[in-house]
Amino acid sequence: MFYREVGQYKTSYSADQAIFPIVQDRFGIAVIILCAYALVFSNNDFLLNAMMTPFLIFTLAAIGLNILTGYTGLLSLGTGAFMGVGAYACYKLTTLFPGVNIIIWILCSGFFAALIGVVFGLPSLRIKGFYLAIATLAAQFFLEWCFIRIPWLYNYNTSAAIEVPTRTMFGIPVTGATATAETRYLIVLTIVIVMTVIASNIVHGRIGRMWMAVRDMDIAAELIGIRLLPTKLLAFAVSSFYCGVAGAMLVFLWYGGAESTVFSINQSFFVLFMVIIGGLGSLLGSYLGAALIFMLPIILRLAPPYFGIPVHAATVEHVTFMLVGGLIVFFLIVEPHGLARLWQVAKQKLRVWPFPY
Amino acid sequence: MRLKTLIVGAAMASLVGSSALVSMAAAQDANYVPLFTYRTGPFASSGIPIANGMHDYFTMLNERDGGIGGVKVNVEECETGYDTKKGVECWETVKGKNPTVVGPWSTGTTLQVIPKAAVDKIPILSMAYGLSASAIGEKFPWVFNPPATYWDGLSIIFRYIGGKEGGLDKLKGKTIGFIFLESGYGREPLPLLNQLAKDYGFNVKEYSVAGKEMQDQSAQWLAVRRDRPDWMIMWGWGAMNPTAVKRASENGYPMDRFIGVWWSGGDDDARAGGQAAKGYLTLNFNGLGANYPAIQDIKKHVVDKGKSQVAAEKFAENLYNRGVYNSVLVAEAIRNAQKLSGKKVVSGEDVRRGLETLTITEARWKELGLPGFGAPITGVNCNDHNGHAPAYMQQWDGAKWVKISDWIAPMKDKVRPLLEKDADDYVTKNAGWPKRTEACDKAS
Repeated sequence: MFYREVGQYKTSYSADQAIFPIVQDRFGIAVIILCAYALVFSNNDFLLNAMMTPFLIFTLAAIGLNILTGYTGLLSLGTGAFMGVGAYACYKLTTLFPGVNIIIWILCSGFFAALIGVVFGLPSLRIKGFYLAIATLAAQFFLEWCFIRIPWLYNYNTSAAIEVPTRTMFGIPVTGATATAETRYLIVLTIVIVMTVIASNIVHGRIGRMWMAVRDMDIAAELIGIRLLPTKLLAFAVSSFYCGVAGAMLVFLWYGGAESTVFSINQSFFVLFMVIIGGLGSLLGSYLGAALIFMLPIILRLAPPYFGIPVHAATVEHVTFMLVGGLIVFFLIVEPHGLARLWQVAKQKLRVWPFPY
Repeated sequence: MRLKTLIVGAAMASLVGSSALVSMAAAQDANYVPLFTYRTGPFASSGIPIANGMHDYFTMLNERDGGIGGVKVNVEECETGYDTKKGVECWETVKGKNPTVVGPWSTGTTLQVIPKAAVDKIPILSMAYGLSASAIGEKFPWVFNPPATYWDGLSIIFRYIGGKEGGLDKLKGKTIGFIFLESGYGREPLPLLNQLAKDYGFNVKEYSVAGKEMQDQSAQWLAVRRDRPDWMIMWGWGAMNPTAVKRASENGYPMDRFIGVWWSGGDDDARAGGQAAKGYLTLNFNGLGANYPAIQDIKKHVVDKGKSQVAAEKFAENLYNRGVYNSVLVAEAIRNAQKLSGKKVVSGEDVRRGLETLTITEARWKELGLPGFGAPITGVNCNDHNGHAPAYMQQWDGAKWVKISDWIAPMKDKVRPLLEKDADDYVTKNAGWPKRTEACDKAS
């Protein structure tokens, strides 16, 4: 009813198999993207810098983890470390070759993360499930150790942190403190949209189907001719690539500098929660999960002063913790398959309302 | 369809709306001082007393004097949980409200906001933490880290050791153990330590403690037991401190040869070791106890009236007093700024000038009702944003901290060149670092 689909005929297979077969969906997506770009004119640094930019960056990391955990069924706790590889690689690259456009290095740093991801993905052929999680945990700890113990990675800075130099594009500062919130947001938004489209094409195509076959039953997948090792390693590579780019953006387009502790195990859990709450094996879920886990606490924190309720900062923090925890439990009970599934159900209801069958 | 766009529109509108309120200006007739605090999270045990101390001093000023220079101080806490993410978020939250000065209270957050300070025109006061090189005012006009850097601290420890050994040259051939948190903060003293080792001919044994073994440390102390260093120096924070004190006493390490930096000297840190921790030494730069007129005023005007969150038995503990110390610096900077600018309500730019002319003589400390609470701060100027003030040694007597030494001056001649080098290094690595354009005021 709300989706009045009358008159929308699919006359070819490709139309039937489209990612958004319904006109309204296509239109809705376009509106959302337009709105996202329109936010640049909001002239609100807090919204862009503290909410939207990090939300998009975490979305990208969540997409990365979703490829590995949601689509291929390989549980990973090394997301934080893979993000770190991206960040440190980007830092080394841009300090070694300062003349090259920073956005190229941000994207290239993903390849380094992919390489490291493949190395730590090798055990995935032999071990599965929780045991693989432990193996990736080893990656997390080993890489974190490297970030602090190999001074070459942070150019021997006494602070042991990577500091983002100012880099410009067409004369406009893109990174560093002088870059405006708008510039950073635009770049992050564009990268995330483009990479989401690429991810969508990968998971809906042959490779994605191979991953899903491996996830659902790897012996059956092997029997129908899918080679497990390359498939799993490819999942690790693509996933780490996304995480690496997210990590590089995290430091270069948001933080502006980072210590190794930024890429600790907590970061891995943070992203893992997003994926689980958002919905395993769904790109939309990555967005919804990141929004819930990252933005909800901020909005909750802003709420009391908005309504003029004098609450102490620490109390707000405690309440936020409890509320977010409660909401996570609530969503998991109501819909164990995540927010994406919730949306799917809602959409189905809207499509057939008021005559459900 | 229309409903969907409506929902999307409503969501967007609420987003924009909710963020608009963030930029709502604070009360115009007050000086806005945001406090980045961490009353939650893994470091809360250190964060709560500091937050209380900072908060209560300003409340006292408001209650007793009606603020600073006749204008109230608008104190607002922003909870960071010692998490860099939230620290940066706090910066974004406060920057639109004309903050006078920001103390990030976390090395991670400090590093991230240092480049932003000059752009957003908000001075940073990272009191004896953060980036040591930011002491060079020529390169970091917006960042201040008085009263002393970590390298000053280390050199003060060595002066103390030298005094006990009968001269630093007596250290030749001895072994000094250095146990540190595996992070930028913990590693920072290493260059100076290695240089001193070269200069005086002692050996250094490093024991690093990774964040996740903070509460264990058995391997490190087993190694200490084997190496038997003549002195132990600690750079620890949070849960690392009490564990180290406990492990040291368990392993029979002589506590009066175990020296921590000022961030390892909380009351709870030493209390964990109980009676066995007796003798444990740390550096300190703020006065102990409640026997100061101003601290008594806090008790009278704030604590007794129920306007503080501090628990009665935790009042005027070491870290609480350190919070007070931090607020004294901020209050003095605001006072200076009012004098320099002639305005009552000052901006971040004015307070930057106020910090650059920050001077607290012995007489001024007395005037503030805090005689001998801190060493005189006389060294801060446009080029030196630190001051390299002296610190003293305190010892745990089993129940409380006791001051056991006079003010000990740092080895400025050894520290300053390292700082200069480090600041140059920072600037060359951060291509496009802005040149200082801020004019320099004469000390008021």
